[in-house]
Amino acid sequence: MVPITALHYLVVAAALFVLGVIGVLTRRNVVIVLMSIELILNAVNLNLVAFSRMWGNLHGQVFAIFIIVDAAAEAAAGLGILIAFFRNKETVNVDEIDLLKW
Amino acid sequence: MFFLDHIWLIPLFPAFGAAMMFFFGRRLQKATVSAVCVGVVVLAFLFACFTVVEYTHFAHGTGRPFERIIYTWLGSGDGHLNFLKRDGTLASFNADAGFLLDPLSSIWLLFVTGVGMLIHIYSTGYMAHEGGYYRFFGYMNLFMFTMLTLILANNYMLLFVGWEGVGLCSYLLIGFYFHRKSASDAANKAFIVNRIGDAGFILGALTLAWYLGSFRFTDINTLARSGHFVIGDPVLTIAALLLFVGACGKSAQIPLYVWLPDAMEGPTPVSALIHAATMVTAGVYMVARSNAIFVLAPTAMKTVAIIGALTAVFAASIALVQNDIKRVLAYSTVSQLGYMFLALGVGAFAAGVFHVFTHAFFKALLFLGAGSVIHALSGEQDMRNMGSLRGRIPTTYKTMFIATLAIAGIPPLAGFFSKDEILWQAYRSAYGSFPYLWLIGFGTALMTAFYMARLIFLTFYGQPRMSHEVEHHIHESPKSMTGPLVVLAIGSVCAGWLGVPASLGGTNAFGKFLEPVFAREVAVAPAEPQEPAGEEHRGLEWTLMLLSVGAAVVGGGWAHHYYAKAGKDYPEPIAVQAPPLYTALYNKWFVDEAYDYAFTGRRKIGDIRLGAMGAGEASSWFDAKIIDGSVNDVGWVTRAVATLSIWWDKWIIDGLGVNGPAILARMISYPARLFEWGLVQWYALVMVAGLLGFGVYYVWK
Repeated sequence: MVPITALHYLVVAAALFVLGVIGVLTRRNVVIVLMSIELILNAVNLNLVAFSRMWGNLHGQVFAIFIIVDAAAEAAAGLGILIAFFRNKETVNVDEIDLLKW
Repeated sequence: MFFLDHIWLIPLFPAFGAAMMFFFGRRLQKATVSAVCVGVVVLAFLFACFTVVEYTHFAHGTGRPFERIIYTWLGSGDGHLNFLKRDGTLASFNADAGFLLDPLSSIWLLFVTGVGMLIHIYSTGYMAHEGGYYRFFGYMNLFMFTMLTLILANNYMLLFVGWEGVGLCSYLLIGFYFHRKSASDAANKAFIVNRIGDAGFILGALTLAWYLGSFRFTDINTLARSGHFVIGDPVLTIAALLLFVGACGKSAQIPLYVWLPDAMEGPTPVSALIHAATMVTAGVYMVARSNAIFVLAPTAMKTVAIIGALTAVFAASIALVQNDIKRVLAYSTVSQLGYMFLALGVGAFAAGVFHVFTHAFFKALLFLGAGSVIHALSGEQDMRNMGSLRGRIPTTYKTMFIATLAIAGIPPLAGFFSKDEILWQAYRSAYGSFPYLWLIGFGTALMTAFYMARLIFLTFYGQPRMSHEVEHHIHESPKSMTGPLVVLAIGSVCAGWLGVPASLGGTNAFGKFLEPVFAREVAVAPAEPQEPAGEEHRGLEWTLMLLSVGAAVVGGGWAHHYYAKAGKDYPEPIAVQAPPLYTALYNKWFVDEAYDYAFTGRRKIGDIRLGAMGAGEASSWFDAKIIDGSVNDVGWVTRAVATLSIWWDKWIIDGLGVNGPAILARMISYPARLFEWGLVQWYALVMVAGLLGFGVYYVWK
């Protein structure tokens, strides 16, 4: 049985991160884009926890909890904006949301 | 002294009548209206008689004026209304509601109330079947009130109130039949022409106040006779001429006489009272009242005399051919007023006033008689449709005949004495000898006899020329109308006896009575001192008298020859002998037309319009072209500048200054814009690609 080292965690975290990035870049539904952002954040959390365990202190764990709180807030704000947007445009398709130019 | 102290009641009696008619007239019965309105005038007449009797006791033959000031009307003497006199001293503007009774106003007072009373009585018969009965009597009473104010005023301002008041009443009564356009036109004409005169009058009065510092007759007379002023003083001359302009308007002298003939549109009693006996003599009264000023202004005197003489002959010539019975009398009135001014102008003030006095009787009688004729003929005024009325309306005929003899100057009737006094004074007065004025007066006397006899013959002699229907209705007027005729006829016979001249063995009581009013305390040196009516002139005076009586007889005889047997389509002798002259006379020398060309502008000369309407058109043109034109030009310039400014703002400021850099920035920034297409995922992709790029770069390095 191979002991589980930091490397394993980092690989899993990198895989999660790439999955998240691909989701953000390719999916057209904003809800799913937001979910993909959660994946990215969780990949970072996994990194932090892994390094915390590796170094034997709790700094990374604390930071991960901060990020979870932050992610919750971000999900709430993002979904709120999304619902407000949907009420105006009746769409959640990212291709049709192009008001950021100019 | 009861009556003298209460002299202010005399005008108030008719004022009360007028007020009653104004407030309650509509609701009163005709009988009540007559009782009130005639009653107050009778009261005024009786009161006036007693007052004058008391005055003669008061004056004791000295002729000193009785003056009673009721209250201060304008100004206050304590310096509230000060003005600078011509000599630079300060005077206070002061006019009282004050009454002045002296021989001059006594005479006017008596005949105005007396003749007024008779005409009021006459009117109750004449107007009996007319609408607006109370209105008529209300105006008549108002007229009496204002006329008495005019006569009794002790200063020019109060006189002016009366002066305007009688003008107003004249206007109201000329336009009494206001539903007739001609009547309202005539009323307007009278009012407007009088206004020209009134302007002269008020300017004259103000000039006097500016020069002498007072409006009061007594003050002005004292000053004018004090010897401080030289004869021919320019300011006094101007003042006298301005006053005479006023007199020309009110008393119908050339060039302002045109309103009087048209004033015949009013009811006949009005013509008798206002436009023959009383109001039109107001000008004579005012000039006689200002005699102290006039004698200091020989130029003004000469003007008065010449205008008077010209008016006399001019109006008489028109009267020769008129067919409307009232128009003949109207021109006759203008002519007789001319005589009065001729007298005033040659300095024979007493003779002029005497003629006013006698004229009031016979001219009122003539008008009332004419009214009676018109009444008998159911409203017919054209003498061509009269004739042979002698036996049908005998009282009217007899009284009118007497009046005609009187106006023609047949002795011993009233007109003879007054007219001959004027003619004699014109020939040889204290102020010089004017034979040419005498000649004009003499010619006028001849014409007067002719046209008056023509009137009598056409009306009462010859063959009846009216329609059968009218003829059937002919009736003598009621007692209320014939009574005044008889009284006036007695007056026309006897009034002259008050002033029988010394040359005929009389004492000229009338002249004596008036003497103090016209007395010169400072001798006014005439051009060549003469003693009028002296023994050596008696023969000359008699010759002139005989000449004028002869003229009257000849004039009457001619008229008898041409008109005594006038049938239908009788020939007019002047029309036969000299048709162009007849046309000119018949059309009143085309004076109204000339005035239309020159003053009113109702007629155009070619394309040019002169006069009031011309001035209106000219100022309208000036307003539209010059005033509005320059406004428009200024507007055009503003607009042009604004257009330029708009162009500058739009293309230079906004274009080059503001939009130019913006466009430049936009062009330059265009490539940068291409990176921003607004899709978040693309941005994220670029970020990822960039990160990967960095990662690869650092790994490979």
